[in-house]
Amino acid sequence: MRALLIRDIRLAVRAGGGFGLALAFFLIVVVLVPFAVGPQPDVLGEIAAGVLWLGALLACLLSLDRIFALDHEDGSLDLLATAPVPMEGVVAVKALAHWLTTGLPLVLAAPVLGVLLHLPEPGFVWLTVSLAVGTPALSVIGCFGAALTVGLKRGGLLLSLIVLPLYVPVLIFGAEVARRGVEGFAVGTPLALLGGLAAGAVALLPFASAAAIRINLR
Amino acid sequence: MSLWEYANPVKFMATSGRILPAFAVAAAVVTLAGVAWGFFATPEDYKQGATVKIIFLHVPAAMMAINAWAMMLVCSLIWVVRRHHVSALAAKAAAPVGVAMTLIALFTGAVWGQPMWGTWWAWDPRLTSFLILFLFYLGYMALWAAIDDPDTAADLTSVLCLVGSVFAILSRYAVNFWNQGLHQGASVLRAGAVTGADTEEKVSNVYAVPLFVSMAGFVLLFIALVLLRTRTEIRARRIKALEARARMADA
Repeated sequence: MRALLIRDIRLAVRAGGGFGLALAFFLIVVVLVPFAVGPQPDVLGEIAAGVLWLGALLACLLSLDRIFALDHEDGSLDLLATAPVPMEGVVAVKALAHWLTTGLPLVLAAPVLGVLLHLPEPGFVWLTVSLAVGTPALSVIGCFGAALTVGLKRGGLLLSLIVLPLYVPVLIFGAEVARRGVEGFAVGTPLALLGGLAAGAVALLPFASAAAIRINLR
Repeated sequence: MSLWEYANPVKFMATSGRILPAFAVAAAVVTLAGVAWGFFATPEDYKQGATVKIIFLHVPAAMMAINAWAMMLVCSLIWVVRRHHVSALAAKAAAPVGVAMTLIALFTGAVWGQPMWGTWWAWDPRLTSFLILFLFYLGYMALWAAIDDPDTAADLTSVLCLVGSVFAILSRYAVNFWNQGLHQGASVLRAGAVTGADTEEKVSNVYAVPLFVSMAGFVLLFIALVLLRTRTEIRARRIKALEARARMADA
């Protein structure tokens, strides 16, 4: 499993257009927002937390179809299915690799981009914390969507249609933590709900994803 | 005599063919009776005027929109566990009916909301979760349409339906947390209200009785439509099998 993790991270970093792309997309979304809503610092500061969450979510979505599609095309997914590691483990490791190469850079970049959007001072800590807790759930849920659509030729749009409604609870609680952090309220309740949601998704969804992969490989 | 006999498509087709006309007629009569009673034979509300009468379409449609998803969930579970094709096809058949009910509920709600709340749309928890339910239906139907092999499609949509149900319920309570609502709470079917145990606000019997008739009509309508669509799906599957057999014979 460790070998698989290292392999997936190496592929994501070295194969062109995977690793930096989500981060660049995140940056571009954040740069475009002031053009759309105007450069007033107070307006930007008010929506900064929500924009950063939405940007992170879309950037995460962008790289989902690469999780299984490439392995399915060159046949290595069939080999992984016959490997001694259970499919659930393979899926979990792939979701972890996706998070390490997409989610974690987004979490680290979010405070920097928060400066660009005039995110109010107290918001920085809670925005980072909420993204750090929430993005693993985004990766695992996205992994499930990717597993469902892996056999399809043009699954990209369908993947977004399936995955985005599943992202709703994570987005609600994550953005709520960030918003309450900005306004200086207690964040305990939404943070606990977000953490519970993420833990539940990480624990249970690999089983559903593995079932979907097995069906697709039949 | 057990429910599982209807897993046999021949048995299902025979029985559903016999009972479908009865359900169709009953659905038409009861729905029209309920809606007509509601529209023409109930007084106008002292506050809402004639707009109150939209309840006879809105509430039954909203109820069936949720129940259609629940039926799809049960059918998907039966397909995953016992692999009866009729069950998978019934789930597929119910989805467009559920979408139609969701749209009716959203549309009638907007039409009622404009004069009453002064807005077509508010980001109220109930309204928002219905919109999310609509998106779930769209994703489910799109996945059915995208996959060629019928058994793979049935398997994958069943998995999506099971996971989607969990996330739909999570979203329902998440949006409750996210925003306070304008929409009134449950005021028709509440255990305490029926037995008279609680004294909270509820719909007056003048409206409640025709509403129950209309709800029964929508249930019958849903059953009739799903039976009809399931029969169509089974016939489409049979045609495909016949075509495949003809191609085999030619080759």
